[in-house]
Amino acid sequence: MTNDSLIQTLSTLLPDAQVKMGTQYVEAILPLEKHHEFMLKLKNTPELAFDYMFCLTGADFADYLMVIYHLESTTHNHIMVAKVKTADRVNPVVDSVADIWPTADPNENEAFDLLGIKFNNHPEPRRLFLDDDWGFPLRKDYQDDVHIVSR
Amino acid sequence: MEEIREIMLSSDDIKTDDYLVNMGPQHPSTHGVLRLLVKLEGEIVLNVQPHIGYIHSGIEKMTESLAYHQIPHLTDRMDYLSAHMNNEAVSMCVEKALQVEVPERAKYIRTIFNELQRIASHQLWWCAFGMDMGALTTFFYGLRDREDILDIFEETCGARLTLNYSLPGGVQFDIHPNFQRDVKAFIKKFRAKLPEYERLLTGNVIFRERTKGVGILTKEDAIAYGVTGPSGRASGFSCDVRKKEPYGAYPYVKFNEIMGTDGDTFTRYHLRILEMYESMNIIEQLIDNIPEGDYAVKLKGVTKLPEGEYYQRVETGRGDFGVYIISDGKKNPYRMKFRSPGFSNLFAINNIAKGWKIADLVAIMGTFDLVIPDIDR
Repeated sequence: MTNDSLIQTLSTLLPDAQVKMGTQYVEAILPLEKHHEFMLKLKNTPELAFDYMFCLTGADFADYLMVIYHLESTTHNHIMVAKVKTADRVNPVVDSVADIWPTADPNENEAFDLLGIKFNNHPEPRRLFLDDDWGFPLRKDYQDDVHIVSR
Repeated sequence: MEEIREIMLSSDDIKTDDYLVNMGPQHPSTHGVLRLLVKLEGEIVLNVQPHIGYIHSGIEKMTESLAYHQIPHLTDRMDYLSAHMNNEAVSMCVEKALQVEVPERAKYIRTIFNELQRIASHQLWWCAFGMDMGALTTFFYGLRDREDILDIFEETCGARLTLNYSLPGGVQFDIHPNFQRDVKAFIKKFRAKLPEYERLLTGNVIFRERTKGVGILTKEDAIAYGVTGPSGRASGFSCDVRKKEPYGAYPYVKFNEIMGTDGDTFTRYHLRILEMYESMNIIEQLIDNIPEGDYAVKLKGVTKLPEGEYYQRVETGRGDFGVYIISDGKKNPYRMKFRSPGFSNLFAINNIAKGWKIADLVAIMGTFDLVIPDIDR
């Protein structure tokens, strides 16, 4: 599917999402409360069939955190980026999609480990790389006087 | 004591407890500091939980305070067996954002280096995998032939492992005058040596018994778990980035995407051997046709990417490697993410190894070709 028709299909299928062309791929910012339902649609709608999630990550944008999913369809060979913003940065919670794409399981753990994004209904929440009492290093306000030497 | 014995003998449904065994972080077959928490019933694997992070180096955090021409130098420390591909991925991502067209000569050189690196990576994997399976000879054969490639690298860019060769705009230096001669000599030599690999391991009865039909990964699972590279292709998942989104000089060459159907340990093993032949075909098509001209375009001293998000995928020795940059227009990336193929591949092992013996777990893990710094980043 070309990017234009992908934008059209996505806008009709996901009425509450903001669909637009990003710098490289089609982007859809999904509403937080319907996020899981929409992601399920992306996987199960036959003309979209996004069955391969090749990247899941998060980013810190001062007022909120964002989870970014790169999705690809192995049958149609098209790519899109789904994004979801958390409500705030004190207690950022997003529904887990590990039941839709199993590869999201470790990647969500990584996002929790480095950015402190919590995932609802995650099958096995744990910190992957760091100790339990460590902060969340990829947040922009992260302070570490011991390990970061500034000149 | 007698009473307990009687109870034990009279009862049919007494089972031994499941027990947990730590495999690693110092286990030789984990090839690095990886710990697998294995739940066992006797010798049968019930569950595998990977514990990683022993050599987590926070590269993604470090990149946020580095300039774009400094970042490639960190990336070859991640997947050190695919060092050049990692460098190239970052370089291409920056070039894509700046809309810089790299000279043809640089594209050819990068692609030849890619394929040499892939052969070297598969050679090291092959020799270590043989050792995992109890065949020590392979280790000497593999390392002997890998040495030739490392010498070629050393001649051109001064480094053997962490190449630092590709930078945004092209490559750091021109190729050594002997480069083409040496590569051709290597290919001629290695074409004769590769059938030896097959005779040593592929045709070995013990080896085939231990790998055929063991640890099957279905195509659906490969896609769902994001298993890419030779491991994914062995299951029939067409995931070769060189074919899907051709980059560098790949559009100019003819090559096949080697695919398997069975998805067992043997297919994953044999696919890598076939990939080495295919890599040599690619190099042979390019080595005599390297165009004359510049090997790099000069970029500005301080590179600022335009605001936006950029994603670049390359095919490393292990699979689909991705670089994702969120730029806010400054000289450092706002957020940089490395999509590591080994990370996704590792977490598929639990699904495959269930129900197999612990010795099979070593074989399965071997064919996933784990490089731990790539997973931990």
